[in-house]
Amino acid sequence: MDPFHNPFIAEHAERARTIPLEEFSPANPKYMEMDVWRPYFSRLREEAPLHYCEDRIIGPYWSLTRYKDIMATEVNTKVFSSSSTFGGITLMDQREELPMFIAMDQPKHDEQRKVVQPIVSPQNLENMEKLIRQRTQRVLDALPRNETFNWVEKVSIDLTNMMLATLFDFPFDDRALLTYWSDSATANTLGGGHVDSEETRERILAECLAYFTRLWNERVNAEPGSDLVSMLAHGPATRNMSPREYLGNLVLLIVGGNDTTRNSMTGGVCFLNQNPDEYARLRANPALVEPMVSEIIRYQTPLAYMRRTALEDFEMHGQTIRKGDKLAMWYVSGNRDSAAIDNPDQFIIDRARPRQHLSFGFGIHRCVGNRLAELQLRILWEEILQRFSKVEVVGPPKRVFSAFIRGYTELPVRVIP
Amino acid sequence: MPRATFIDHAGESRTVEGAEGENLMRVAVLNDVPGIDADCGGECACATCHVFVDDAWLDKCGEPTELETSMLSFAATAQPNSRLACQIILTSALDGIVVETPVAQH
Ligand code: HEM
Ligand code: FES
Repeated sequence: MDPFHNPFIAEHAERARTIPLEEFSPANPKYMEMDVWRPYFSRLREEAPLHYCEDRIIGPYWSLTRYKDIMATEVNTKVFSSSSTFGGITLMDQREELPMFIAMDQPKHDEQRKVVQPIVSPQNLENMEKLIRQRTQRVLDALPRNETFNWVEKVSIDLTNMMLATLFDFPFDDRALLTYWSDSATANTLGGGHVDSEETRERILAECLAYFTRLWNERVNAEPGSDLVSMLAHGPATRNMSPREYLGNLVLLIVGGNDTTRNSMTGGVCFLNQNPDEYARLRANPALVEPMVSEIIRYQTPLAYMRRTALEDFEMHGQTIRKGDKLAMWYVSGNRDSAAIDNPDQFIIDRARPRQHLSFGFGIHRCVGNRLAELQLRILWEEILQRFSKVEVVGPPKRVFSAFIRGYTELPVRVIP
Repeated sequence: MPRATFIDHAGESRTVEGAEGENLMRVAVLNDVPGIDADCGGECACATCHVFVDDAWLDKCGEPTELETSMLSFAATAQPNSRLACQIILTSALDGIVVETPVAQH
């Protein structure tokens, strides 16, 4: 049986084609969980590139679905704010404001970003490459052979978690906490997981802050180190942050470096199984790993959208976005826009300009960790090709219930030597 | 057509021609000059077309916009003579311009 057979897609394709546009709710987390989002967004791109939705839970919001419109909005930071003062970067307005530099505007954003940016300098990435490779080798060598296991848990989570521990110089034996905090920060409270309310989330994040405050106190009086905690504790724009702002920036760095790369590590296995010809071409020519990594990140789009809030009235596509309105820039849709990308629904491992995709965002908030994420994925696939003729998907993937995080909780696989 | 010289991090130099009015990033990409990624395709939104402009040419390139200055301020290897190649328009006044590319584009 085809593990990727989706029994719901036909029904949703029909629904997306026929229901009135006013009834569209692009941010329905079920669409991602059930993997039926594509037909909805393709109709929006065609017929309603700026779409308005009155949502019961998240309130009214606009959706942008075309590549070009998203790019133009990303660079228009005078009109479109990321600030958590107005609700931040996700559609659901947070009850407790959590300041972090991804959710700040200029000039404060720039000052704080510059503090942590050196963690991914070309020099630092070069230094980290050897360590990442050794760990990847160890994880792959320890995998069970000829036996079904969950790729998400045994490979994707383990590798991204170790990477995070290194970036923070976090006590290695406690590193599972990082994954726990990351998942807790992003969990949808309606998703049936361990975070069943905002109160629970706040309690777990308070534990995270307490732990990291110990690390801060140790490092603030030591010589400046090259880990993220030390950088924040010594950085001119961050050393006097409030505890709440420290927590916000920690959550940003933990989530930013975790879920996204993790889900790209899993997504790649899915896409190569769905496209056996591409897998064969990759095996025949391992030099294709490099462009393939960018294609995986485009095709997965680990963060489906970023939200902005309008600071003034703005005309677009004959409609007026009012001051204070919120707007989702749907990267996941822009990445499938045929006006910007040839054959966008095709997974093609050797595209001519594979990095021209929206998954990392653009403009002043463009992902800090983009080259690090690419490095981790490149090493993973280089080492997989060294060891296994195939990582075979043997059961259906389970996807995350979220309109924001596009990811997997489970992918049953076998590795074939 | 005006000419532009790109010197890569290892010191290798490549001189190519570009149409007047074309931006320097496109001139590099169209001529397969390595060392320029141009992830955003010239929208001043990625800073992966970062170059160091030879001092003799810097003033002739005009002033960077606010957005370009912000984007450059995040580039790990930025110097006072850093510019984004997609924001430099090749004209006859820039015929012969020399730029260097950084060790990597971030
Ligand atoms: C495939 C993996 C990744 C994806 C798809 C991704 C995606 C994104 C996106 C969409 C943004 C926001 C862009 C915008 O608002 O315009 C962002 C920002 C950010 N990412 Fe990533 N990311 C990834 C990996 C990482 C890693 C490994 C790190 C950690 C080192 C990281 C750290 C950050 C930070 C700190 C920001 C905030 C930048 C700012 O506001 O200036 N990301 N990322
Ligand atoms: S190509 Fe992106 S900033 Fe120049």
